[in-house]
Amino acid sequence: MSTTATAVEGEHHHHGPAKGIGRWLFATNHKDIGTMYLWTALAMFFLGGAFAMVIRMELFQPGLQLVNPDWFNRMFTMHGLVMVFGAIMPAWVGFANWQIPLMIGAPDMAMPRMNLLSYWLLPVALLVLVSTFFMEGNAPAFGWTFYAPLSTTFAPDTADFFIFGVHLLGISSIMGAINVIATIVNLRAPGMTLMKMPMFVWTWLITAFLLIAVMPVLAGVVTMMLTDRNFGTAFFDASGGGDPLMFQHIFWFFGHPEVYIMILPSFGVVSQILPTFARKPLFGYASMVYATGAIAFLSFIVWGHHMFATGLPLAGELYFMYATMLIAVPTGVKIFNWAATMWRGSMTFEAPMLFSIAFVFLFTIGGLTGLMMAMGPADMQYHSTYFIVAHFHYTLVPGAVFALMAGTYYWLPIWCGRMYDEKLAKIHFWLSAISVNVLFFPQHFVGLAGMPRRVPDYPLQFADFNMIISIGGFVYGLSQLMFVYIVVKAIRSGKPTPDQVWEGAKGLEWELPNPLPFHTHTTPPRVD
Amino acid sequence: MSARGVKQTALRLLGAAVLMFGFGYALIPLYNVICDVTGINGKSSSLQQAAGADGAEIDQSRLIKVEFIGTPNSELPWEFRPLVKSVEVHPGAVTDIYYHARNLADYSITGQAVPSVVPSPAARHFSKIECFCFTKQTLAAGETKAMLVKFRLDPEIDPAINQVTLSYTFYALDDEGAVKQPNAEPVEMDHSHHAQVPAG
Repeated sequence: MSTTATAVEGEHHHHGPAKGIGRWLFATNHKDIGTMYLWTALAMFFLGGAFAMVIRMELFQPGLQLVNPDWFNRMFTMHGLVMVFGAIMPAWVGFANWQIPLMIGAPDMAMPRMNLLSYWLLPVALLVLVSTFFMEGNAPAFGWTFYAPLSTTFAPDTADFFIFGVHLLGISSIMGAINVIATIVNLRAPGMTLMKMPMFVWTWLITAFLLIAVMPVLAGVVTMMLTDRNFGTAFFDASGGGDPLMFQHIFWFFGHPEVYIMILPSFGVVSQILPTFARKPLFGYASMVYATGAIAFLSFIVWGHHMFATGLPLAGELYFMYATMLIAVPTGVKIFNWAATMWRGSMTFEAPMLFSIAFVFLFTIGGLTGLMMAMGPADMQYHSTYFIVAHFHYTLVPGAVFALMAGTYYWLPIWCGRMYDEKLAKIHFWLSAISVNVLFFPQHFVGLAGMPRRVPDYPLQFADFNMIISIGGFVYGLSQLMFVYIVVKAIRSGKPTPDQVWEGAKGLEWELPNPLPFHTHTTPPRVD
Repeated sequence: MSARGVKQTALRLLGAAVLMFGFGYALIPLYNVICDVTGINGKSSSLQQAAGADGAEIDQSRLIKVEFIGTPNSELPWEFRPLVKSVEVHPGAVTDIYYHARNLADYSITGQAVPSVVPSPAARHFSKIECFCFTKQTLAAGETKAMLVKFRLDPEIDPAINQVTLSYTFYALDDEGAVKQPNAEPVEMDHSHHAQVPAG
């Protein structure tokens, strides 16, 4: 490949990273920006995790021992916000930055400078959000869903900082999404038709469309909050002719596609990894593409299932119930395709594969509990209990986070040119996989028995389960420190990446030399 | 690849993002139109379209129980409650009931009541012919007032509905006629005041 050419060519030498801090402050290289996204996301994962640890410590025993209820409210609010907007979404943008150009044979992202701006808005936005802890009125305490009027009439002044932070995050995400689509649409290598694109690229293309469709709606709803709070409008205020329920309708019009924004790239990563380690092509590639599109479409028309308990009219409940259940069809297609990919494959179980298989199993549990809650009448029992907490954590932790771990182990050898320690990674996997179930599985039981979410105390009958849940949480949280150790160890002293990283891996990113040059695919490769 | 292609894609997508921002706002009139047509959000038809109802037929075969609720908002130092808790009416008949309001403060206050009807499918069949909620209400210091609601249930109301609740929340208005909002300063709970539940 021509990409190894790093010879100095007069003044136009553009072949290596700039020296010092400038490399990062003014980065336009997709690899550097991807790296910054990933480290930021990892840092936020631990910050959000620290908030979760406070929650689990408080709930370790009944009674109030560690934090007062206001602090508890801030902890679960900031845990949700930081994990969603600071950890999972930026981590996927980091993956997109690193992988999309490598996988479609592009030299870089389509708009490198906009890429830089969308990255740097992120730490600023997170700083604005987290700085509320040090202000009068303290951090937001109205839950990550910030329902009106809790977030409008009754929130402290710092809610305006929260709104500003969300605006910045939204602008950052929209710019990132525009960049992804522009790259995929315009910079694919010759011969790479849409239906030859790797699954990860497909899922990100669809995710980017979701982002462009719903992040502006989120920006709109927080703007309405802002004017309700400060400029005398009454979008969500009944006394002025508004309607607080309207907030939920608009928020969930954003919020439901948002959960697919976090999970679709996971589907893509797993669809890359399973064929590699089963040494078989992905089963039903075309159906995977269409299923992803179908899930994305359906995500726009099911928001009402978050609002079953608000007194929707019967026809509305029935519509949202059936439309939601419909999502199980394309999701089922995906899960069966993954199973069929592994069927009679020559499987080996390296860390990326272990995380991916765990993803398929555990995400399916989260999906099935989702189906249970899609049933309007049954949802009345689950609503706002620990059952829903268990449901969405199964889809997001052993779902999205496991896919992130799998993807990191899978591509780390080409990202940093060095191998990670397989033995440690396997220990990390088993610790995570066991503790995540200890953490979240019993939450189904306490939820069904009626333990409400977002309350710092509970009756005595939930004491044993909560202690088990907390222990699972502590083990899970601590085992993620291993992940940092493994990644740092790989970067510092890992064995150099061999020419063939994984035996069954196929795709343009694996044909590049190791260690990866600073610029890749400067001459577009040909895809047949 | 071409720089022009990239620019074109980016501009189109930016346009899409701007449109979606507008769509977020458009959801509000959209929902309001849907709710007006179907009456599903409990906003009762507050207008007098059924005012000439005196001669309309009355469905003697049905009796519907109508319950009343009155709540003063936390910023309004008033007593406010219905004088009767409920009445039974025939659909089509016009009924008068009164709410009692008293200003507990030592100064004059203006307020505005906002109605809501449940179950929501009943809302568009609930016509208020006269209501204190149609206008602002001012009570002098210590003044007491009986406030009239003249209403009629449309005989078209769903036969499955045999009970309807009409609820009012009374809000305080400031000098400019805007609603007074509660003090937004959060109340920091004092940890020591919480009873400790013994563990185990």
